[in-house]
Parts: sequence; structure tokens; C-alpha cells
Amino acid sequence: MVAAEKQIVTTCYHCGQVCESEVLLLDDKPFCCPGCQTVFEILNTHDLCEYYSLDKAPGSQHAVAGDDVYAYLDEKSVRKKLVTFDSAEFASVQFYIPAIHCVSCIWLLENLQRVDAGFLHSEVNFARKTVSIDFNPQTMALSRVGQWLADIGYAPSVNLERNTPMKTGVSKQAVLKLALAGFCFGNVMLFSFPEYLGLDATDAGLMRVFSWLNLTLSIPVFFYSAAGYFQASLKSFQQRQINIDVPIAAGLLALFLRSAYDIITATGPGYLDSFTGLVFFLLIGRWFQSKTYESLAFDRDFTSYFPLAVQKQVGGQWKPVVIYELTPGDTIRIRNLEIIPADSVLLDASAHIDYSFVTGEARPVLAHPGDMVYAGGRVIGPPASFVVEKPTSQSHLTSLWNNDAFRKTDERNYQKIIDRAARRFTWIVLGIAVLTACYWFYTAPSSMWLVITSVLMVACPCALALAAPFTYGSMLRVMGRHALYLKNADVIERLAAVDAVVFDKTGTITLGDRPDVSFVGNIAGEEYAWIKLLTSYSTHPLSKSIAAAIRLHTDDVVTGFKEIPGKGIEGVVACHTISIGSASFTVGSRDLMATPSGHVFVAIDGELRGHMAVQASVRKDLKGMLGRLGRRCVALLSGDTDGDRAKMYTLFGDHVQLHFNQSPHDKLDYIRRLQQQGKKVLMVGDGLNDAGALKQADVGLAVTDDTGIFTPACDGILHGSQIQSLDRFMQLSKASTRILKIAFTISFMYNAVALTFAVTGHLTPLVAAILMPLSSVSVVGFSSIAVNAAARRILKKKSV
Amino acid sequence: MIIIVLLISISLAIALTFLAVFFWNIKSGQYDDMYTPSVRMLFDPKKDDSKPVS
Repeated sequence: MVAAEKQIVTTCYHCGQVCESEVLLLDDKPFCCPGCQTVFEILNTHDLCEYYSLDKAPGSQHAVAGDDVYAYLDEKSVRKKLVTFDSAEFASVQFYIPAIHCVSCIWLLENLQRVDAGFLHSEVNFARKTVSIDFNPQTMALSRVGQWLADIGYAPSVNLERNTPMKTGVSKQAVLKLALAGFCFGNVMLFSFPEYLGLDATDAGLMRVFSWLNLTLSIPVFFYSAAGYFQASLKSFQQRQINIDVPIAAGLLALFLRSAYDIITATGPGYLDSFTGLVFFLLIGRWFQSKTYESLAFDRDFTSYFPLAVQKQVGGQWKPVVIYELTPGDTIRIRNLEIIPADSVLLDASAHIDYSFVTGEARPVLAHPGDMVYAGGRVIGPPASFVVEKPTSQSHLTSLWNNDAFRKTDERNYQKIIDRAARRFTWIVLGIAVLTACYWFYTAPSSMWLVITSVLMVACPCALALAAPFTYGSMLRVMGRHALYLKNADVIERLAAVDAVVFDKTGTITLGDRPDVSFVGNIAGEEYAWIKLLTSYSTHPLSKSIAAAIRLHTDDVVTGFKEIPGKGIEGVVACHTISIGSASFTVGSRDLMATPSGHVFVAIDGELRGHMAVQASVRKDLKGMLGRLGRRCVALLSGDTDGDRAKMYTLFGDHVQLHFNQSPHDKLDYIRRLQQQGKKVLMVGDGLNDAGALKQADVGLAVTDDTGIFTPACDGILHGSQIQSLDRFMQLSKASTRILKIAFTISFMYNAVALTFAVTGHLTPLVAAILMPLSSVSVVGFSSIAVNAAARRILKKKSV
Repeated sequence: MIIIVLLISISLAIALTFLAVFFWNIKSGQYDDMYTPSVRMLFDPKKDDSKPVS
């Protein structure tokens, strides 16, 4: 009996994914896996099915977790770090939950008290994907909190080193500074209006009042809002490098001191409206540029991949311990799909280890007793015991993080365009100031100081300083809309300079988890369903791929199922004996050639019917992107075996070097060699095995199909569906550099006009008050409009 | 003329109050999450006798 193709459209009631391997029915609702069904059951018993009415299929597919996965949360040292408030009957904790994505998630997570009375209150922060939970530690342990969350499909991701509060503290301060500057700017403008309009001499007393009010309002702007510029320029003096902050600080200082002098000596109204306005605009620029993606993390290291705790044998019992406390000689037990935290030796008879994190190789390795297994490997199948050989921090994989590439500070030695411009600008202004000073010294020495301060005042490159934040800030937003999330605006500039692109294979070019399965041979429709049924009994990755690829269902059952490790599986379905596995296993003869990797032979009733080829599937539309990249695409680095060499060769062409069997260290060294040849390298990768290369490269982009899952430390996160636009993003970043240069020219022109006023001694507060906002607004307007136009022009080509 | 000075000082005082309130809001984290509260207010409180809408 075959329920044919119409089953394909059955989607899971919980997660909305197509039910591929099986369809479970409960309350007439289809579910794709036991995990989804369990969640539904839990919600159903607690009368929480409103969850499903808020958003369609709001859940996310998840594996059923073991009962004691979160036991380590009750360890004193772990608990102390996580719990923000603790007393006998009340405790608070905050968890990061990557699965939060919709309204239903918020609703469910804020109704936790209906699941278990131990929950007192919970509150979701959607932007950060966190939930703060208050619970009663007397009735519910912290591990139970984690367990409940996992049970309803919101497994918390626990990282003891997460320190987001500091980051938000900084951005909060930026907002406060901006608010203060804006407030003072508005009021100073208001009090300056009478001056612009021209008051009668009889109102001189009132003028004095206004001036003093302005001065009072400017003091907090000078000492609080603008403080960052003075500190930065002081620092750049110490490093003997002139950056953009130096002329800004000089200009601000000149403006403020001159105004204060004018007001105190009652010689003029001062330029405080220009001063506060300048600070306000500059801070807006900074704020605009500092667009951050709160739920994305760009600085994760290996610890985010590793479990926090493992089961360690203590006196005949398994007890959870934090992995930092593992010492050589400890016996640990790792369960299915858990990651081995330290280089160790296998104790059990056999275990399948999946090293895809470390090497990119998707197929698991069979380990024998006494074999060394490396940290980062994932156990597939039954739990296995190991003896720790080296502490986590010194393991094979984590030694990558001791490399120099990881010691670099965030600010690289890269010469920013804006600083080069600022340097030239500063010297020119200084030259002009000296020349004017000389001229006025001989003609009218009394007004020399006034003119010099005027020159310095208008020299303040406000528009210049705004050009970069607004150009790059707009570009950052445009790219974010197209699923390229960059860490900060500097990355755009580095991306524009890239002339060599290096790709990783697994997960980047190919999809590691959804391989192509093709069948060669003679098999009829119904028999596919049998194969699917039989393979769905096995946990071997090849079996799983095959089972997932076949979309036919049967209601038959398997009898006499056998799995022979390293050979294949066998069982009886509908009175036919089906064996699937290596060539020698399926037909029992040895005269057949050796089984090629990724090939699985199928025999029905002892007769060989053909084979299944399981190959990594390549992402769509890559060819066009690679063609447009042309010679800029330099190499493919894969940790995998060269089984896909021919496929990759046809994809990349003959000018691209294909390197296989690359260790994470090899990849890093390859990038470094390219850089030594003077290339600016863009590395596109995904896994932990690319972490070194991503860090070493001038720009490291991590590719991911789900921004919620872990990505290694990188400069940007690119959604997998957008990788075919990679060249367009590079083109866009080049365009933004061009736009920036035009914006510089515009701002220079304003500065030139203002300078002519200044050197001739005609810079009145009114002229300054008109020129300053005019230049800022036109530069900001130009760069925002130009960036969006360029984005439309370049990214629209996609449809062609 | 003194009346203008008086009015200005009053208006400035009010404005400063609002600035202080804004500082307080930022520091107490009112602007940390701009999305969740907008959704949360639409959730109906559960009544014990009524069935959830399906």
C-alpha cells in the first residue's frame, strides 16, 4: 500500500515543515516528528493551544532532548553565573533562546506559569531573543526551567561568557549624549533667534541674558556630549596619528572658547548655536552608523560550540561537570549528537564521530577502542564513554584560537579613507590658518586672533565627518535588508578593497545537511517506499539522507531488522528481503569493485537492483555569481575529501585552485600567504573549521541558513539564500566608496566657501549658523539618496 | 522685560524636566525592547471558563 505523492503537501501542525520521513497523527493534526508531537501534547494538556492560533505553524522542529541534559544548570558554579537574583523562594534567570521568531513564541514564553506553577513570571525581549524568568527555586530547580523550555521547543542556549549588558550600556550612553546635545541645540537656537532677527539696542540687557543662557546650555554639551571627540583626538596625538577626530576637536574647542570669550567680555553673541548643532549632527552620524543586529553575535569563539558541561564518572556515578574542570584521566560520557569537549580516547567498542564542525567532512568516522578522538567531534548514535587526554583549552581544535590571528585587536592597521582625507585636510587648514595669521598680523594685528579662531572654527569638518557614517550606515541597512548582516560600517570599506575571494565548500558552496540522492538501477515505485521504510530504522547518516530524499510512504512494517556496523542494514518488508549497504554486503560476493564513497547498493531478495549515490548538493545559482567574480575568485578550501573534485571543477573552472583535506590551520595559513602576496582577501565560510581563516582574512563572511544558529567569529553574516549575490554586495561596497568620495568633495566645497568668509574676517555668527546646517544636511541627503539609488541599480539586476 | 526672563526660566525648567524624564526612561531600560510590548498588549488574558479560540 502506497500513499503516493499527495502526502508531500502534508505540513506539520507544529513547525510547518513538510512531513518528509513520517506523518504522526494526533487529534487529527499531522506532525512531522515525535519532537513536534510532544510539544503539542504538552501544550494541549496545559490548555495552551492558543499558541497555534496566533501564528500559523509557529513551532520549530527540534529533537527530543534527554532528561538530564540540563542537569548541569544546578551545579553551583554554573547556577551562580546564570541566576541574576536568588533567594529561598524567588530567583530570576535570563536565557538566550535562538528559536524565538514570532508572536506565538512571545505568547507561549510569557505564559509559562500555566505549564508549571514553579514559574512565577516571564518576559520576552524579542529583539535580543531572550526571556527573563522568575521562578520559585523551592518547587522548581534551575535545571527544570531549562528542561521545560526545551520540552516546549525553546531550548535555551547557555553561554557563561555572554556579556551583552556592557554593549547596551555603551549604546545607551550614546543615546543620552545625543539627547542632551539635541536638547541644548534646540534651546540655544531658540535663544539665538532674536540675534538673527536683530534686536534693538535698547534690548541689550535681554541679549546678555540670552547669551548667558546659551553659554550655560553649552557647557554640558562641551563636557558630556562632545567629550568623546576630545578624548579620541588626545589619543591620536599620543599615537602620533592624525585622524578625523583631531580637526573636529580643534574646531569644537575653537568654537566654544571663542564664544565663551565673546560672551564673557560682552563683545558678541558667540557661535554657540553652531557649536551645539555641530555636536548634535556629529552624534547623529555616530548613532546612525552604529546599527547593530542585537540577536546576532559576531564574536563567538569555540566555547559557543562546545557544551557547557558533560557527564563525568565520579565514584561509579555520572555527574555533570563544567568542561573547564575536566582534567586528563577523567572518564566522560557523550550522548547522541553531543560534542566531545576535549581530545580523548574512546573506551567503548565503537562510536561514530562526525567531525563536520572541525573538518567540514560530512560523513562520520568510525572510531575503535583506544582511538584518539578530537574535541569538536560529534557523537552519532548510542552514548559513548571516553577518557580525557588533554584539557579543553589545549585540544587540537582550540589551539587554533591561540593563533596570532585571534590576538589582533578589532581596529586593524587598515588606513581608513576618512582618516587619510582628514590628514590632508588638517594640513591644508593649518597652512591656511598660518598664512592668514601672517597677513592679518601685518595689516591689522588686533583682529588676528579673531580671524585665526574663525578659520579653525569653519575648518571643523563636520560635513566630512558625517559623510562616512551616513554613507556606510545607509549601506549597512540596505545590505541588512538583503540578508547580509555586517558587524560594523568599517567592514564595507574593507569589502570594497577585496581582490581575492576564497570559499569553503561544505555548508558554503554545498548544503551539508540536505544531500542530493540519485538512484541508478531498476527499482519500481513501491520498492522506493520499502527502502525509505527500512532506512528510516537506521541512524546512519547515509540512511537518514536516503530516507529523507524518498517521498513515498507505506504502511508496511519491517520485520527482522538488522544493522551491521560498517556494512549495511537488512530487513523484511512485505515478504521481500531488502538489504542496503556496501557492495559486498548486499550481494554477498567479493568480486564487485570496492564501494565508492557515498554509494549505497540495494538488493531485493538477494538480487542487486542498483545503487543510490548520496552527494552533497550545491547551492542554486552559484554559477552566475562565480562567473561575475571571475578571476577574483581564487580558491576553494575544503576540509572534505576530494570526492567532489570533479563537480567543483565544473562549477569553478580552471583558474580556481581547489584544495581538499585542509585542516583549520591550513586554511588560515593559505589566507595568510595570499595576504603576503599583497592581496586583500575575502573568506566565505561557515563552520568552526573556517574560524581561523575567517579571522585572518581582511573580510570574513559566515554563511548560514538560519541566523539563529551559531556562526564563528566573523565580520558579517550572509544568509545562505543570498550567496549568489555576493559579487553584487562587493560591487555595492565599491559604489559606496565612490559615493563617499563625492560626498567628501561636496563637504570640501562648503569648507572652502566658509574659509573665504573666515580669512577675510567676515564670519559672523549668522553666516556660521546658515552654512553649518546647510553643509551637513546636503551631505547627509546626498549620501543617503545616492546609496539607495546605487542599491536599487545594482541589486535590481538580480531579476534579469 | 522681566516677564520674558521669567517665562523663559519657566519654559526651560519644564523642558529640563522632560529631558530628565527621558534620561530616566533610557536608564531604566524602557527603550531596550521596542517590539515585544506592542505585541504583549494584544494578548487576551485567559478566562478560566472560556475555551481558547482555535
